[in-house]
Amino acid sequence: MSASRPVLEVTGLSKQFGGIVAVDGVSFEVREGEILGIIGPNGSGKSTLFNCILGQLQPSAGTVRLDGDEVTGLRPCDLNRRGVSRTFQLLQVFPELTVRENLILAGQEHQGTMLSRLFGRRDAGLGAAADRMIAFFRLQHLAQEKAGGLSYGQQKLLDAAMAFMAGPRLVLLDEPAGGVNLTMLANLRERLRAINAEEGATFVIIEHNMEFVMALCTRILVLAEGRVIAEGPPDVIRRDPKVIEAYLGH
Amino acid sequence: MSARKLLAFAAAAIALAVLLVAPFYLRPYGIYILSLWAVTSIAAIGLNLTLGYAGQISLAQAAFVGIGAYIAALMTTNGLPFYAAYVAAGLACFAVGWLLGYPALRVQHHYLAFVTLAFTTLAFLVFRNEEWLTGGIYGITNIPRPSVFGWPMRRAINFYFFCLAHLALVAAATWWLIRSPWGRAFVALRENPVRALSLGVDTRRYTLMAFAIGAGLGGISGALYAPLVQFIDPTPFSLYLSFNLLLMVVVGGAGYFAGPLVGAVVAVLLPEWLRFTEGYYLIGYAILVIVLMIFSPTGLLGLADRLTRPQSKPVGGTVDPVAAEKEAVS
Repeated sequence: MSASRPVLEVTGLSKQFGGIVAVDGVSFEVREGEILGIIGPNGSGKSTLFNCILGQLQPSAGTVRLDGDEVTGLRPCDLNRRGVSRTFQLLQVFPELTVRENLILAGQEHQGTMLSRLFGRRDAGLGAAADRMIAFFRLQHLAQEKAGGLSYGQQKLLDAAMAFMAGPRLVLLDEPAGGVNLTMLANLRERLRAINAEEGATFVIIEHNMEFVMALCTRILVLAEGRVIAEGPPDVIRRDPKVIEAYLGH
Repeated sequence: MSARKLLAFAAAAIALAVLLVAPFYLRPYGIYILSLWAVTSIAAIGLNLTLGYAGQISLAQAAFVGIGAYIAALMTTNGLPFYAAYVAAGLACFAVGWLLGYPALRVQHHYLAFVTLAFTTLAFLVFRNEEWLTGGIYGITNIPRPSVFGWPMRRAINFYFFCLAHLALVAAATWWLIRSPWGRAFVALRENPVRALSLGVDTRRYTLMAFAIGAGLGGISGALYAPLVQFIDPTPFSLYLSFNLLLMVVVGGAGYFAGPLVGAVVAVLLPEWLRFTEGYYLIGYAILVIVLMIFSPTGLLGLADRLTRPQSKPVGGTVDPVAAEKEAVS
């Protein structure tokens, strides 16, 4: 895998909020088919980093490249249509839409034009794809339920499923395991691994659940106070004194 | 679920029967009020797209109704056919809505309310002051009513059915729109614009379209209002109408398809029924609205929704996963 070309290249990315430097010159790359984990103590700049990469926030400095093209500061919807998908730390499903409609929505903007969507099929031709995704995440019995009525763990699965609906090349997951029970967690981990293996999708995952990260990721980046303090495979990171210091030293 | 659908269907059927039969038993003034309800409903349906589906508070709807009415009045009094005026009013308001929305929708919520409030004030001043075009406070008189396939719409009852048919047309088109992928995108950007954006939904464009389509329906409503009253001056298109339309959408139930229709009943018919209270009707009306908003912020249809909803069941537990799987596959 290490020989494959980078999908995402982040160079010297910084973000300041007034006098606070939330992200301070972070550089890394993600290669095709890789599962990169980003860990770090609370407030180390992980989510801000995501938001800068994904256009939710404008970075103060630095560049983001996707497949070699600069995409720094593109709007989230434009990035998403270029195959970059994400989930949020807090739950983000559309409670008034059914599970199936949530998934159709997640894919519909990736095809045709505004006009063709208006006059095209009601399900935007994505009904079958949505049903496959529902089956893949084992949500069949909930397909016609409004997403707002699902349990937290079920919504979390739907949230992840939505990120995969458009067949993205790169998915950034912000704490996918947060607040999910053990059975659901195993299901999620297994699903993510299957998509990575079958579709060759590339993942970047922010996560506090060490067990989840260590089991899933091929490489881990450690952030502390907005800077990268360590990078390497899980078993090296686990023993790195700097990482232990960052987590326990304060 | 099906029982609720049946109930909604029955309510719609009864309402339709009343709308079809009532005018035969009403005096011309009653027919006029029903026609006004139909015309106002069209403007409210437009505002419901902007407010109820795209989640943007607009106080510009009165201006669009006014622009539509003046376009229709000017064109038809100059001998142009009604349908040319009707289409022109709808398209012009769509275009003006788009042009206004493009800069205005950079701000949201109450800031947008202020921008649209200013626009309605501006439009009102133009109607009143540009005498060469609008006739100023003297307005435009003798607005003709159209003929449809040689059938004159001059009689009140004919024109009522004409308005009702247009309302049905607009309602059907809106139904179709909110069930299209656009409708799904509208709901998504109302519920969670940040997430919608991250899923590729160009929220700015969709909001603009909802706003412009809402404006276009305001124009169509105005184009029907002008031949209904046959005389227009600036008065009915003041900010008061904008607030009244906002009230209709909210009282009926914003985001509910039939919300604006129900809301327009409250705003157009209720004042007539409360006339026996003479000077006190506005007080009674205001108290009713306040009480409703306290007990059901989602409006009358939100209240009906709550009352008829079966006791919430734990989702997933009572559904047979195997049957559901079969259904999903088939």
